Amino acid sequence: MSKLTPPLPKFLRPAPPRPGEDNGAGHNGDAAPSRGEKLREDATEKTAQVVGWLDERSNLSPLLRANLYRKVPKGTNWFYTLGSATLFAFVSQAVTGVFLAMYYEPDTARAYESAAYITNEVFLGELVRGMHKWGSTVMIILIFLHLARTFLFGAYKYPREIQWIIGVVLLVLTLAMGLTGYLLPFDQRSFWATTVAVNLNASAPIIGPYLADFMRGGAEFGAASLSRFYALHMLLIPGLIAALIGAHLYLVAKLGTTAPPWLKPEKKSLNSEGI
Amino acid sequence: MNAQEKEQYLREYSQLKNAGKPFFPYAVTKDGAMAAITLFVIIAMAILFGAELGPKADPTTTTYSPRPEWYFFFLFELLRVIKPPSLVLMATLGIPTICLILLLLLPFYDRSPERHPLKRPIAMIGAVATVVAMAYLSIIGALGGPPSEIEIPVAAAYEDGAAVTAASGCLGCHRIGENGNTLGPNLTAIGDRLGRDAIARTLINPTSPMPSYQSLQEENPEQFEALVDFIASLKEEAAEGGQDTQ
Repeated sequence: MSKLTPPLPKFLRPAPPRPGEDNGAGHNGDAAPSRGEKLREDATEKTAQVVGWLDERSNLSPLLRANLYRKVPKGTNWFYTLGSATLFAFVSQAVTGVFLAMYYEPDTARAYESAAYITNEVFLGELVRGMHKWGSTVMIILIFLHLARTFLFGAYKYPREIQWIIGVVLLVLTLAMGLTGYLLPFDQRSFWATTVAVNLNASAPIIGPYLADFMRGGAEFGAASLSRFYALHMLLIPGLIAALIGAHLYLVAKLGTTAPPWLKPEKKSLNSEGI
Repeated sequence: MNAQEKEQYLREYSQLKNAGKPFFPYAVTKDGAMAAITLFVIIAMAILFGAELGPKADPTTTTYSPRPEWYFFFLFELLRVIKPPSLVLMATLGIPTICLILLLLLPFYDRSPERHPLKRPIAMIGAVATVVAMAYLSIIGALGGPPSEIEIPVAAAYEDGAAVTAASGCLGCHRIGENGNTLGPNLTAIGDRLGRDAIARTLINPTSPMPSYQSLQEENPEQFEALVDFIASLKEEAAEGGQDTQ
């Protein structure tokens, strides 16, 4: 066990055995192991067998170990949790979104009724819809804070330029999720706001009219538009976001997170307590 | 950054990294705590504010308030503060697109090796200006009144039309008297500039981004006529002088 123990914080480390006490493991030949101890040993052994079986075939443990126990730079503080919090908000949106999709019907005649059904009839429906609606707000706030942190710390500079670009694309895609999702409850507010938003796109030079026609599914805002927004909101944009988050995280693991820019390495490496 | 600066950065970074702590459990604990806070905030907001569902979407009548989610207020407001028609395209697409491209390409034009925020004055001024502008636009966007109220005196004959106008959400973009927005042309004295037929034509075949009211005309011609009558009645002397133009 002691070989695999990660470098734990002090308060979590097992106290070293004191002279006169048992030698840590619990049995030094005096008494036969009790039933509980035997069960525990069995369980540990079985777990080790299963993990060993998986590892023998997947060879995942070096990868996991390298990623879990990789060092984060000195000075890593709470501002560095904003990215993972954004990811968590995305996961929350995905989970609540799946539950909403179980009841939602992307049809102009049924969309509003199914949204009302979710809100009023389904068990915890209003809570889940509320979590999805306000989760988008939380995710947008977190993504902007994460962007601000990255900007302030100069973390977009060499060698993390690709990280930054992926991040900005993720920001745009997240806003696109907000836009496409806004239509889906199909009440007055969402319908007209989306109509205006799409018409604004139509006024863009050159590609504008084509983009608007693509979003509406035709020249007029109608049934085709709703299923298009649904497909974009449910499949295309979340898929892109998930893929780009994967790339973003790969680069985080590869390049590491930045240290706060005001920290300089000490010339004489005296502190060994960092580990 | 030249090769030497890159090398120096990588060297310093690896020293700082070696002086750091392992991702598990130190960073994971913080990330986990932050995830718990995030979930708590989402659930609290869902319980406190609920999931409001307005009246069903109706392309023809009733309240039409084109209000986006709050995080699009700044874009929406950008459209309202820039009034000259020749600049509207610039407002709707030009400025956001330019800002987005500037944001995307940031690492390619900001190439100095300096990372400390206090030693990057230009970047910081740009960032603060952007944040202030977005916050300002979002706040005035949020404070804009509800787009379904008409306070100018209306002659009895046009009351139906005024009700249709209010319900059709014209004030979401247009201004009538003291109400409404400045996104589209001011309608307070539109009757002086356009005849009744021209107004009807514009409603059926408007210029983007205004939605067409053709479906209203087809499905509810009386309401459509009342709407056109009311808008055609909006004239300067009516706005200033007596209420009774009939």
